[in-house]
Amino acid sequence: MSLFTEVPQAAPVAVFKLSADFRDDKDPRKVNLGVGAYRTDDSQPWVLPVVKKVEKLIQEDDSLNHEYLPILGLPEFRSNASKIALGDDSPAIKEKRVGAVQCLGGTGALKIGAEFLRRWYNGVDNTKTPVYVSAPTWENHNAVFGQAGFEDVRPYKYWDAEKRGLNLSGFLGDMEAAPEHSIFVLHACAHNPTGTDPTQDQWKQIAEVMKRRNLFVFFDSAYQGFASGSLDKDAWAVRYFVSQGFEMFCAQSFSKNFGLYNERVGNLTIVAKDEDNLTRALSQMEKIVRVTWSNPPSQGARIVATTLNSPELFQLWKDNVKTMADRVLLMRAQLKEKLLALGTPGTWEHITDQIGMFSFTGLNPKQVEYMIKEKHIYLMASGRINMCGLTTKNIDYVAEAIHDTVTKVQ
Amino acid sequence: MALLKTSKLVSAVGAFSPSLGVFPSRASSWWTEVQMGPPDPILGVTEAFKRDTNPKKMNLGVGAYRDDNGKPFVLSCVRKAEALIASKQLDKEYLPIGGLGDFSKACAELALGSDSEVLKSKRTITVQTISGTGSLRIGSNFLSRFHTVAKDVYLPKPSWGNHTPIFRDAGMQLKSYRYYDPTTCGFDFTGALDDISKIPEHNVIMLHACAHNPTGVDPRPEQWKEMSEVIKKRKLLVFFDMAYQGFASGDIDRDAWAVRYFIEQGHNVLLSQSFAKNMGLYGERVGGFTVVCADAEEAKRVESQLKILIRPIYSNPPMNGARIASTILHTPELRSLWLDEVKGMADRIIRMREMLVTNLKKEGSTHNWQHVIDQIGMFCFTGLKPEQVERLTKEFSVYMTKDGRISVAGVTSGNVEYLAHGIHQVTK
Repeated sequence: MSLFTEVPQAAPVAVFKLSADFRDDKDPRKVNLGVGAYRTDDSQPWVLPVVKKVEKLIQEDDSLNHEYLPILGLPEFRSNASKIALGDDSPAIKEKRVGAVQCLGGTGALKIGAEFLRRWYNGVDNTKTPVYVSAPTWENHNAVFGQAGFEDVRPYKYWDAEKRGLNLSGFLGDMEAAPEHSIFVLHACAHNPTGTDPTQDQWKQIAEVMKRRNLFVFFDSAYQGFASGSLDKDAWAVRYFVSQGFEMFCAQSFSKNFGLYNERVGNLTIVAKDEDNLTRALSQMEKIVRVTWSNPPSQGARIVATTLNSPELFQLWKDNVKTMADRVLLMRAQLKEKLLALGTPGTWEHITDQIGMFSFTGLNPKQVEYMIKEKHIYLMASGRINMCGLTTKNIDYVAEAIHDTVTKVQ
Repeated sequence: MALLKTSKLVSAVGAFSPSLGVFPSRASSWWTEVQMGPPDPILGVTEAFKRDTNPKKMNLGVGAYRDDNGKPFVLSCVRKAEALIASKQLDKEYLPIGGLGDFSKACAELALGSDSEVLKSKRTITVQTISGTGSLRIGSNFLSRFHTVAKDVYLPKPSWGNHTPIFRDAGMQLKSYRYYDPTTCGFDFTGALDDISKIPEHNVIMLHACAHNPTGVDPRPEQWKEMSEVIKKRKLLVFFDMAYQGFASGDIDRDAWAVRYFIEQGHNVLLSQSFAKNMGLYGERVGGFTVVCADAEEAKRVESQLKILIRPIYSNPPMNGARIASTILHTPELRSLWLDEVKGMADRIIRMREMLVTNLKKEGSTHNWQHVIDQIGMFCFTGLKPEQVERLTKEFSVYMTKDGRISVAGVTSGNVEYLAHGIHQVTK
């Protein structure tokens, strides 16, 4: 008689199952438009040249060791990473009210932020505070906040399927109606999975409502630099909110923009009202980290810190980021062009209006199934594709497949 | 509620620009009610040590190995493995949620022995974790969610300081069983058996596989055997914490003996492993969590649930350290080198224990310091009381935890006399 007899088989995480199915598919035409990782035009993973360079430096530096990092992480990483999000000249940084916790990827940063909020936000241990995530959102948002103890994770209107764009009035309406102090998870740029971001003007409207309704701002920034190719442009929303005086969190991931996926490099940037509040908050963050992973992994943070600390390496990094962003923009332009040339039913402006790694194609679940089964093109049931999966070699096949699917399957 | 008043204040103040240099009052922050957290008792010691300007200062706080010059030690097998890995020019794609397969396999074999029946029958599941802490955390989350028959975790008294907060944060209740006997500075075997025999059925009992932290006191094999019997009678779920395999005796098989014995005796254990100390991979966060299940089918179900627990914490684990550990364990000449280096570390610690006792005698101490030699692993429970520890720190700049624990790894042939002198001064 086992203690675990009653443990049910859990469903696999969809995005990883998709990759597994792709791997097992023997069809030579197969294309993986599933998981969000950058690919070159040869469909290969890409270790950034700057990363190769820095890893070599680290490898050759005999003075480095593998000692524990402090609980909150590598100091040079934390401060430099926050600067990337907020800008070198950020007034909040000058005022010493910005702090950070090095975390395991963007997920880890969301986790630590969520755990802190559950303990200390809106009264102590207030698990009833609603947490709003966009409809749709990265599927793990729900689980991160749910597992952190929040009992009420709800959607806010975001994606307008009919017009294939932002449902701004729905979004603003949900914020007006949200209980005061509700937590809102905002995508800083390159919304996952829709690729649809608010314009600057729309962000201003969002900020105005959030301030008036006393809503908590929790940015998820996983694609800075990757969206437009410009770090500063992609950080506009985060910086605007800081300039409006919000106390807020920003969960940063360096998985995509540094290509450091498996080294788990993330940073939870905290903007507080003043240094005193920041200090106390960080001390409590330490306690949370200590019972979760004690201290974070050193390799990835070292790579990022070394890069950001050196003007030459920093420039090389920015170039590498732009290379990735540019390839994505090219694929977007070409896909739209080909769909239009084929006369594919529907409108396809959203392919180039959307930004970042992902595109919400508008394909419905039946059409997605057809794409996978008949065309061996793997995408998420939501119709989300990873633009990085497109290459000059497969884009014709994919465009034709979409055309065929949309005409045959309704 | 204080913060409702706060939010009204924020509304009243309205929009303001921090760049004008007008600082809002503390009352207008979300974090007004956030208390200053106390410094971590163990890691806080290092921070206090760093601030001390005494040239003779000694850090005997956190358990990180130091060589005889007091310097961090990067194992040669690690450097060689790193060079090998660098030459392969691998990509940086996400690992699976459960981590690097090669690593998990090697990790399990190291602990259980490659001829282990439970490995052969595939009724274990091992996932890569964020070192020992991460492993304990996943384990405690798993217990909290699925081990619904009982909610109590019994820790030895004393145990690693972070065990309690981890299990508590996961929703488990903490209790203890007698373990350390302060009168002998040794194992309270009768007390332990007595307490264990009274633990209500199905609760969880945590056992330190070897090199007990913080006392350095381990049961002898015949004592482990009796404990196994009582634990079996009480139908307790065994959770082994093995953070020092190889580091205790210098022999990895010997240090894993208790874990293997219990499994052979039919306990389907939970096991946390860390490679922080035995491979010196502290900051790379390399560990494993293993569940021994009834059969292969159950192992699959358990695996699926572990992934569900892991994903909302950090999605998937870091590659670097696991890759190094896996390379070492799978490459014969690196594995041999590692075994030698682990033995080297263990031997140096044993030597320091002996030197400390020799020097205490030389200082003229009349206390019985035999326990310093009898205890095993990185730590030594000196028997010093909190007031004595405080004096040792204040007067001699010797940093250690309040419970009298020293990390012998921080002792060198260059400072052992000074340490003996200090200890003698505060205990005579």
